[in-house]
Amino acid sequence: MKTNMKINIGPQHPSTHGVLRLITELDGEKIVSVEPVVGYLHRGIEKMAENRTYLQYLPIVDRVDYLGGFFTSYAFCDAVENLMSLDVPKRAKYIRTLCMELNRIASHLLWLGTFMLDLGASSPLFYCFRDREKILSLFEELTGQRMMYNYFVFGGVRHDISSDWLDKVYNFVLELPKAIKDYEKIITLNPIFAERTIEKGILTKQNALQYSITGPNLRASGIELDFRKAMPYSAYGDIDFVISQSNRCDSYGRYLVRIQEMKVSSDIIKQLVNYLKSNTNEDYSLKINSVNLKVPEGEYTSYVESSRGLLSCYVKSDGSGKPYRVKWRTGSYYAVQAIPILVQNHNYNDLIAIFGSLDVIMPEVDR
Amino acid sequence: MNYLYFLYVQILTNYHIPKILADITFPIIPFCIIAAAVILTVLILVLAERKILALFTQRKGPNRVGYCGILQTVADAIKLLFKQNIDIDNSDKFLFNVAPIIVFVPAMLLWGFIPYSSEFTFMNFSVSSLLYITIAVLPVIGIILAGYASNNNFSLIGAIRSAAQIISYELPIMFVLLSVVLLSSSINIKDIVFSQLGSLSVLNWHIFPCIIGFLVMFICVIAELNRCPFDLPEAESELVAGYNVEYSGMRFALFFLAEYALMFIMCAFLVTLFFGGFLPVTSKYISEMIFSNSQYLSVCIYFEQVMWLVIKTIILVYIVMLIRATLPRLGSESLMKFSWYVLLPVSMINFIVIAIIKFFIEGGAV
Repeated sequence: MKTNMKINIGPQHPSTHGVLRLITELDGEKIVSVEPVVGYLHRGIEKMAENRTYLQYLPIVDRVDYLGGFFTSYAFCDAVENLMSLDVPKRAKYIRTLCMELNRIASHLLWLGTFMLDLGASSPLFYCFRDREKILSLFEELTGQRMMYNYFVFGGVRHDISSDWLDKVYNFVLELPKAIKDYEKIITLNPIFAERTIEKGILTKQNALQYSITGPNLRASGIELDFRKAMPYSAYGDIDFVISQSNRCDSYGRYLVRIQEMKVSSDIIKQLVNYLKSNTNEDYSLKINSVNLKVPEGEYTSYVESSRGLLSCYVKSDGSGKPYRVKWRTGSYYAVQAIPILVQNHNYNDLIAIFGSLDVIMPEVDR
Repeated sequence: MNYLYFLYVQILTNYHIPKILADITFPIIPFCIIAAAVILTVLILVLAERKILALFTQRKGPNRVGYCGILQTVADAIKLLFKQNIDIDNSDKFLFNVAPIIVFVPAMLLWGFIPYSSEFTFMNFSVSSLLYITIAVLPVIGIILAGYASNNNFSLIGAIRSAAQIISYELPIMFVLLSVVLLSSSINIKDIVFSQLGSLSVLNWHIFPCIIGFLVMFICVIAELNRCPFDLPEAESELVAGYNVEYSGMRFALFFLAEYALMFIMCAFLVTLFFGGFLPVTSKYISEMIFSNSQYLSVCIYFEQVMWLVIKTIILVYIVMLIRATLPRLGSESLMKFSWYVLLPVSMINFIVIAIIKFFIEGGAV
């Protein structure tokens, strides 16, 4: 009697990017079904908010997505500022945008390295980490931290940036396209890479909308939706940039979109640095006392285009010093749900490759 | 070999040891040398690979144990020796234990077939090249057993993949070997080397008429070694470690030893077939120029021949490592397609072309 092989990948597995568990049913090498199981990294970040003051909760927010601390930080700050009807100074907006764009590049670089590792190429990982290291050094210089920055505060940023630091950022952004060119030389035209990614893991327009996929994964399916353009927040309204998009719908398309996005981000950073250098005398923060911060009653949902899609933070306040409810909506959670339809009719050996192309970060899924 | 035998007997009689003892011990010596050479080569290769990969990826590599980390693999080997051999529940204990040996023994046996110098071939049979290829496939039996006996789905998939891969990449190797045999009119590995000896020195090597054959065989050898980009059986991204996922300690070390021992000896085999084996790159042996008056000139030449073989092999091994640092892994479907649709037809065409060339050059003497 013929039976299919059931194979349990994870939660401890070298390449599920954390603690994702995939219950896979195989017929030979063909995938019959995949069932993603999440929740192994649940830390109760939403519940934590309810017994902490706004200021106490602020450092925890960075842990929602450990590769995009600035995005989550911004989403929460933005929600609270809107509830309090604070008008953030222009310079603070620009600094925040600069940090977020640098963070996007760092996140995409790590994605590129691990994606190539999933495909069996070990070298790109080290090169990507080399460039990411430069960004992390910049962040360390700015915030004192390499991962959990806690740099944005209600009404601005913690402290001002120096022109010296801006020079370093500018130099990095000038060098980055050269590094990306090197990656593209070895990856984009590589026939093995093309064979592993083209026509693999097809996410159609319809499926992408049905599964609420956002971010680069959505834009690789031919839908031009970027929340930086769709509902400009922070300084994005003043910035001139293009939405990177691809109609391929496959892993290769998702790769192209992210590579393109890194280039776009470096262009955005150039514009931001130019502004920040020419306007040094503006205020970087409202400098409100947020120790006993009382937020007026109300609710607000902030939208951020993070490196993994739409990140939104819903904050409901009952007028006390603690949030009544905080809800996070993260891009990875929706991407994980799409895995079963993406790997249909594929070989087992494409499973991890397709999963890697989605750029899923488990702490963001479970929170 | 006869010369070495007389030298050995002479040395022993100098120390008043009876000749019968020399007769008994002489056949054992080559195997001791092979065992020592395998261990030493693997220790060096593993370190070299880690260092080279580190250089490719802007790291330092092992640099703590010994000077610049040269003792790193020794330390790793000692660690593996002392590690516990974990027995898996519900596994086939006998096959589980015997599989590493089945993988390792053929890998070691292959070392006896390569002619290291004109007088230094441990096992010289008239059909040695065919025998070599046959024994080179044997480790796959051990791999399948390891995958089956581990009672682990990851191992099983890895083992089946490995078997499919090695069998389908074996056929092009045979066809390329046939064209080399045609070129040299012999199945004996040593004769194949000597057939590359000629007035044109380097240009006499089989690589020049048979460059396509070499490329096909090189790809197939990388596939047989389960190395990147053909490392599907041990693809860590989906199979954790493939067929050896349940192995630890010395049993795992045997798989590891076999892998690197095979890597070196397969490259040496390629060098022997296509790059003149132990023949020098220069038109004359260097020893002939330096020690022309010495009574040990012939011994010096033997050592020089070994040196040439090792240098050529190291260059090939380096290319294999370079490929590992550069390429991603192939997909399982195209892996099979590549062998059956590309490599096999190309190797067959290569064989026919070589046969035609040979026919016209030798005036119909084939």
